[in-house]
Amino acid sequence: MPPDTKSIPLTRRQFVVAGAIGSAAALIGCKTGREGNWEFFSEDESQTLTVLCDQIIPADDYPSASQAGVLTYIDRQLKRHYRRHQPAYREGLAHTETLSTTHFGQLPAVLTPPQQLELVTALAQQDPAFFSLVRTHTMEGYYGSPRHGGNRDAVSWRMLGLGAPPVLGRSQYDLEKGSAS
Amino acid sequence: MKRVNAVIVGAGAAGGIVAKQLSTAGLSVVLLERGKWYTANDCRKDDLRNQRTTVLGNAFGPEDEGNPRVIVDANNVPRIILPSEGGYQNNAACVGGGTLSYGAMAWRYMPQDFRMKSTYGAPEGSSLEDWPISYDDLEPYYDKAEYEIGVSGDYSGTPFHGPRSRPLPMPPLPANREFQILEPAAKRLGLHPFHIPMARNSVPYNGRGPCMRCRFCVGFACEVDAKNGSQNTVLPTALATGNCELRIESFAQQVLTDDRGRATGVAYIDANGHLQQQPADIVIVSACAIESARLLLNSKSRLYPSGLGNRYDQVGRNLQGHHYTGAVGYFNFDTYDDVGPGASIAVADYNHGTPGLHGGGAICNEFIRLPIQMVDRLPANTPRWGLAHKQAMRANYKRTIAVMGPTQQIPSADARVTLDPSVTDKWGTPAARISGNVHPHTFDIGLVQAKRAEAWLKEAGAVGTAINAGRPTIVSSGQHQAGTCRMGTDPKASVVDRTCRLHDVDNVFVIDSSVHVTNGGFNPALTIMAVAYFASQSLASNWKGTGFRS
Repeated sequence: MPPDTKSIPLTRRQFVVAGAIGSAAALIGCKTGREGNWEFFSEDESQTLTVLCDQIIPADDYPSASQAGVLTYIDRQLKRHYRRHQPAYREGLAHTETLSTTHFGQLPAVLTPPQQLELVTALAQQDPAFFSLVRTHTMEGYYGSPRHGGNRDAVSWRMLGLGAPPVLGRSQYDLEKGSAS
Repeated sequence: MKRVNAVIVGAGAAGGIVAKQLSTAGLSVVLLERGKWYTANDCRKDDLRNQRTTVLGNAFGPEDEGNPRVIVDANNVPRIILPSEGGYQNNAACVGGGTLSYGAMAWRYMPQDFRMKSTYGAPEGSSLEDWPISYDDLEPYYDKAEYEIGVSGDYSGTPFHGPRSRPLPMPPLPANREFQILEPAAKRLGLHPFHIPMARNSVPYNGRGPCMRCRFCVGFACEVDAKNGSQNTVLPTALATGNCELRIESFAQQVLTDDRGRATGVAYIDANGHLQQQPADIVIVSACAIESARLLLNSKSRLYPSGLGNRYDQVGRNLQGHHYTGAVGYFNFDTYDDVGPGASIAVADYNHGTPGLHGGGAICNEFIRLPIQMVDRLPANTPRWGLAHKQAMRANYKRTIAVMGPTQQIPSADARVTLDPSVTDKWGTPAARISGNVHPHTFDIGLVQAKRAEAWLKEAGAVGTAINAGRPTIVSSGQHQAGTCRMGTDPKASVVDRTCRLHDVDNVFVIDSSVHVTNGGFNPALTIMAVAYFASQSLASNWKGTGFRS
């Protein structure tokens, strides 16, 4: 007789995973669970940036950039340490959308995955400065400390085979908290 | 404000030692530090905001706002640089200075490093020179630094070092996996690998525990306070004497002088933004090479129209650091065990003695790597983005070893710190302007060193390698910055004498890496400390209570 799993309380990790699945479902259902919650991006911009970030770090056995919270990272920093990059994002994302409508007649978010790859490849050639910026910030968000909103649940560190928290038993801090500088 | 015997500018590697030596000798001391006082609790493990990876800012100062510098590139175009940008050549601004967050390699320079010109001759266009003091002069003070600050390691594997009066006070940390892979390979090549000396507790020492070997090491404050810097060794001792007052967030703007040309104290901006004057019998400048030069140049007066100690246009010249080169090796087995500090093994066989080369440097395995640092260190044919990049991260993260080394730079008088004519900090103080480059022979040496690193990795089983040996067009000084107030006997060709006293002003001293004539083929921290003990010793022993013995 199988154990009655319902009576076993979820561990924190299981709870986090369950929550992630829940919000992923919400994402599919209504496009985004974050509508109106961005500090810097408009909803359209966030969808365009999602396309860029997820081509830079696509999903495989491990989450894509946006699934790991990279947009949250970039959005927060554009109101903090990266304020100076605000115009670059505003113009770069608009350019990306123009490029998409010119070539495919549609916004990036509704293109098929192969079209999205084609679009991002074209952007990397046409606007290398903006693409490099997004690429750098995507890597930071994905591989950097979870405290800044990306690398959700330290997923990239676990992907690389690193323990998280780093030294067990010695974590004085909640890695996901703390001032996002 | 009450007059004190000595005011010291900068609570870093040198300033902390000078404060301790003078205050325990009975002098009253005020120690000014422009940065904050952090503790082990400020480690924060933030790999995007520490002192090494600064994409979201410097963890230990200075802040990006109000602290600009100007870098003049090879085409003579000046550009304003913020402290968290690479070109700023930042060290740190905090109690402990660089020693709060450094990797803590604690080398002695070799005897030849103090007489580079005698050993090799000065290449044309260089300012290569001998130190006015020798390794033997410094040996007792190297020893003192190793024991008071606390150094672990083991020199017994290498014959390439100067005479030592005794072994290091602490044994090395147990070998990590990279050490175990690289050691036999080095021996097969006929080299002499050894444990890197580190200002890090490997066993309980000085009342603090040993290293817990975590990933958050170089660039971070040590969470368990096992990394030894001035903030947890000499400074507490200085403060405990009751003779030393530490004033943090206090930025020294100018050394004040009287009509006879002697220093009377220091003008500084306190933590509340108020201009203060601290009168003192002697002034010691220990603000690190770029800021020490800037402070002297900003200390203009009727008698010193071009800045203090700058009668012969020497202050700020000969800026140098190290030219880092090496190689990354890619392996088909796991090489990385995530056991800090990571850097563990070195060879010093290549520091001197290669025909045709004016020196060389140590070659060591690199510090532990944060995932974000791996992003651009993948094999050369890896795409920069996309699934292939992500998979390459996974495949290579634990299967690379980086072997690098600080090639000793051949200094040039053109590599220098001046004051920018228009850019100022938030207090209106003219900003440092950095221009010029070290002598190009430096880069020839660096390339040879990189190939040696590559050969070592191949011998260790690397299936692929990538050489890292650039020819930077701007002087690269950074955390190892040195040379701007050269120590020497000729007042026309140097700034301070062998006791670190300005040739020009008999009660002003520069005690930090600024006085290094050359910067060795090793990380400079222990030499900065040894020179600080050496200079403090002569300062304290000549002090009569109100002035100096003549």
